[in-house]
Amino acid sequence: MNRSEFPDPFEQARQTDGVSTIDDQNDPVTMVLGLKNVRKCAHQWQKFQSGAEAGRIVVPSEVNIRDTRQIPFEVDPPDHGDYRAVVEPWFKRPLEPAYQAQLSDIIGSLIDDVIQQDRVEVVEEFALCLQSRALTLLLNTPFAESDTWISWGTHVFRSEDSALDASKANILYDYIDQQIERAAANPTDDLYSVLLNSDFQGRKLTKEEVKGVMILTFAGGRDTVINAVTNTIAYFAEHPESLRYIQQHPENTGKAVEELVRYFSPLTHMGRVVTEDSQVCQHAAKADSRISLCWASANRDETVFDSPNEVKLDRKVNPHVAFGFSHHNCLGATHARQILQILLTQLAAKVARIDIHDCQENIEDWQQFQRKVGFHSLNVTFTGN
Amino acid sequence: MAKITFITPDNESVTLEAEQGSVMELAVSNNIAGIDGDCGGVCSCATCHVHVAPEDVAKVGAASEIEQDMLELDDNANEYSRLCCQIEISEQLDGVTLTVAG
Repeated sequence: MNRSEFPDPFEQARQTDGVSTIDDQNDPVTMVLGLKNVRKCAHQWQKFQSGAEAGRIVVPSEVNIRDTRQIPFEVDPPDHGDYRAVVEPWFKRPLEPAYQAQLSDIIGSLIDDVIQQDRVEVVEEFALCLQSRALTLLLNTPFAESDTWISWGTHVFRSEDSALDASKANILYDYIDQQIERAAANPTDDLYSVLLNSDFQGRKLTKEEVKGVMILTFAGGRDTVINAVTNTIAYFAEHPESLRYIQQHPENTGKAVEELVRYFSPLTHMGRVVTEDSQVCQHAAKADSRISLCWASANRDETVFDSPNEVKLDRKVNPHVAFGFSHHNCLGATHARQILQILLTQLAAKVARIDIHDCQENIEDWQQFQRKVGFHSLNVTFTGN
Repeated sequence: MAKITFITPDNESVTLEAEQGSVMELAVSNNIAGIDGDCGGVCSCATCHVHVAPEDVAKVGAASEIEQDMLELDDNANEYSRLCCQIEISEQLDGVTLTVAG
């Protein structure tokens, strides 16, 4: 009964210092660990900027493998707000009933399939398929495109022995370039075409800007959604009573999603570049150094959350930062929330129990912190209702 | 039953009636512009920010510490700010006016 437990490796450092510095390719990062400080730093975009050299606010840094600026993620106000206004209506489409109906079909069919199998490896055969097929809705591209994305495997930026792999990342970048050229030559009603025709500050978005939005959309929503889905399966495997609770209390599905996202915190942290000599938790943060906003630690802050290491599916007040905070909150959060809401609803309706056979945990190595973020593999059997 | 009036960012006045639930749920289910309620009402997203009419502050009550912490970092916050996912509908709210902070 512990494979769905996700320990909090930051507890002691959060309570004693509130920050902790790790190295990253000789560009150290001071991780901010408490919820209130994480939110304050996220809010102070002038002092802790996102619009630094492209790739630098990501940890591990992607400056050596990427020149394209991710938009609106790596842009600060006021331009950030103008970019966000261009893309936000599109990323709110998951609130539309027709979108939700299609997403229900995708997730329902996948669950029907895995119930028929004796044994399923959840990461590759369930979560990756679900994430890729759902992404065809967000991009409004043909369903068959998901086969290409599934063939890339679970890691777009990582290989077996490296957290950053330029050759793997180039597969994605080259694919996006081709799609932008295709949409420019023959526009459809997909996201590439809509972006190419979008007005920004009195002009059209450039192909490079469109590429920046698309890289963000692919990269930001891949491992995060795969981990959230896989971890959710592990949780319900070990807590079948929670699946029945969702079935009997569908009105609490939204609260359950927020709680699972808080507990799993699929994105551990995100960096910022310090623009002027500053202080964070009485620690000096020098100009041009990096801090990171540790969402995973903030979401276990015992000064804010009652029993932070417990999953309480009916947690009423849950001011988590799993989707970030302030200007740069997650653009894909509406899509991600719908995926998880429908996943919970469909699992509760269709699945009686899930049995775990074996698993290999995915432990992130942040030097003094070893954090379980998900699984490399999770072999289970789904039994239908 | 409580009648609650929303003033939207376009200065449109919309009066709704309800017996229970949160004010955010009432606003979202009636498509009040500027109230998104992204997190479903757990005080995580601050997309249901309203300004309570000064004469209605006593009826609506004060924000909790967790809610105040959220509002403190909202550029549009003032002394009348509330996150309306944290306001439960009751007869006591009858007649209040809430301006969407947007």
